[in-house]
Amino acid sequence: MLIIGEKLSIIAKRVREAMMNRDKGPIKEIARVQFEAGAGMIDANIGPAEDGGESLMEWMVTTIQEEVNAPVCLDTTNYQALEAGLKVHNNEWGRPLLNSTSNDPERFPILELAAKYNCEIIGLTVGKGGLPADAEERAAIAAEIMARAMEYGVPMEDVYLDPLVLQIATTQDQALKVVQTIKMFQELNDPPMKTVVGLSNISNGCPKAIRSILDTHYLALLIYEGLTAAIADTKEVITTVKTIDAIMGNTLYAHSYLEM
Amino acid sequence: MAFTAPKETFSGKVYNVDIGLSDKIVNFGGANTLSFHSFEGEYTNKPAIAYEIQDIPPDDWPETVKSVYSSVGDDPVKWAKYCQDDLNASAIALRLSGTHPDNGDLSADQAAETVRKVFDNINVPLIILGSNHIEKDSEVLVKAAEVVKDKNCILGKAQETNFKTIAAAAMANNLKLIAMSELDINLSKQLNIMITQMGFDKEKLIIDPMCSALGYGIEYTYSVMERIRLAALTQNDVTMQQPMYGDVGMYVWKIKEVQAGEDAEPDWGSIKERSISWEALTATTLLMSGTELLVMRHPEAVKAVESFVDEMM
Repeated sequence: MLIIGEKLSIIAKRVREAMMNRDKGPIKEIARVQFEAGAGMIDANIGPAEDGGESLMEWMVTTIQEEVNAPVCLDTTNYQALEAGLKVHNNEWGRPLLNSTSNDPERFPILELAAKYNCEIIGLTVGKGGLPADAEERAAIAAEIMARAMEYGVPMEDVYLDPLVLQIATTQDQALKVVQTIKMFQELNDPPMKTVVGLSNISNGCPKAIRSILDTHYLALLIYEGLTAAIADTKEVITTVKTIDAIMGNTLYAHSYLEM
Repeated sequence: MAFTAPKETFSGKVYNVDIGLSDKIVNFGGANTLSFHSFEGEYTNKPAIAYEIQDIPPDDWPETVKSVYSSVGDDPVKWAKYCQDDLNASAIALRLSGTHPDNGDLSADQAAETVRKVFDNINVPLIILGSNHIEKDSEVLVKAAEVVKDKNCILGKAQETNFKTIAAAAMANNLKLIAMSELDINLSKQLNIMITQMGFDKEKLIIDPMCSALGYGIEYTYSVMERIRLAALTQNDVTMQQPMYGDVGMYVWKIKEVQAGEDAEPDWGSIKERSISWEALTATTLLMSGTELLVMRHPEAVKAVESFVDEMM
């Protein structure tokens, strides 16, 4: 399973300050920690970035790729910022991933970027009308996103469907519905659709001491259903990913499997 | 519509290992597909076969194979040259059987001297094997490694309980290394991990998952080897992408079927034909499961395997 290292988010104070001051040190340090822990991609979340989004994303992609040999997940709703990031992205270590389009007409043009720059894209299964109620509703939205991706000329294998993980503390019944959705998404296409989650949403709002317990156990269930990728803190989840891979026979067991 | 055969391709690849020097270098491994599946991927190196010789006369070998070496068996240098010059061996495997405490207990220095003499008198690649005594091998192989420093030989075998000293010796002297585990794929992977964690180059390692003769558990060896190869190819597992080694001669030339005479077992037919076929069949079976380096004893069995390989390539 692909881990998209998540720690570079504008929500974190240290990262936000580094972004504002264009201080490469903390950005590189976080990217390196995620990469060395086993992340296959680094998430660069600059938020809505209404002012100066373009130069910020450009700077983030360049800074991350100066430090680690990995592709970047460009995380913003700002179309211009995404395009600016794509223009400087080095594809030598893999194609970038756009985070994200959805069933909201304002987010459709992002598919245009995916087609134009031949990159991968996350389709978040929400529309304009609020949060999806269950697996079926998520699958219906996914089908619409897939149809639109085809219109824009984005191949199905470049689309990652995101069921939108919700907080267990406020919407407990959604936790299992998302697990079921992972299975349902795959059945929408042959070969199966790729799937991705923003994992830490599950424990958002929970006490710090139990967050990683919730995250990792939840991840185990999602991987079992066939999850392709997770935006997560690599250091927190790598043990779970490796262990589930061994249990499911995706890797060959050896006593030192956690060290590999 | 014309039939198109389905093709299976893999993400992983076996490391290419070379042994020997200058124009006598032998390459094996390097495939990105199953044995002989050159119609599906790259399978360009022929499996390598080394002739087995010993530091002491082959007194415990059955007559059929001992008689082949009757004029040279008393001297490892003559024996090695005979294999190289008369039998056209492309590699020699020198087993230091005489160092075993129950089989002469020759010293590490004596063994190293034999290794040096044999190496100096041949130009084909040399594989140096201990007597499979855990403690003694640690001593013997360390000394033996020093006399062939940088000579691109193979040293073997490192096992779970003695790998640290033997792998360190192979590393210090820039040699290839055979890592042996006892018919257990998970332990084989674990041993490779531990050896590479010492800093040993994973591309200089050769896997011996433990051999067995036809009729004596070869299905276990076959299955472990096949699974190792599938882990290398389908899971792209770098800890399992080393070429594999089959110690065929040693396991075949001790079983009943190569020793029971025609008077004792009249239904079994000619003992010579029977035992040579046994070695050849064991070897070809292992080749099918993924082995790339064989150590064998009888020249006619080697010839049979070589012609099988030529037909399969």
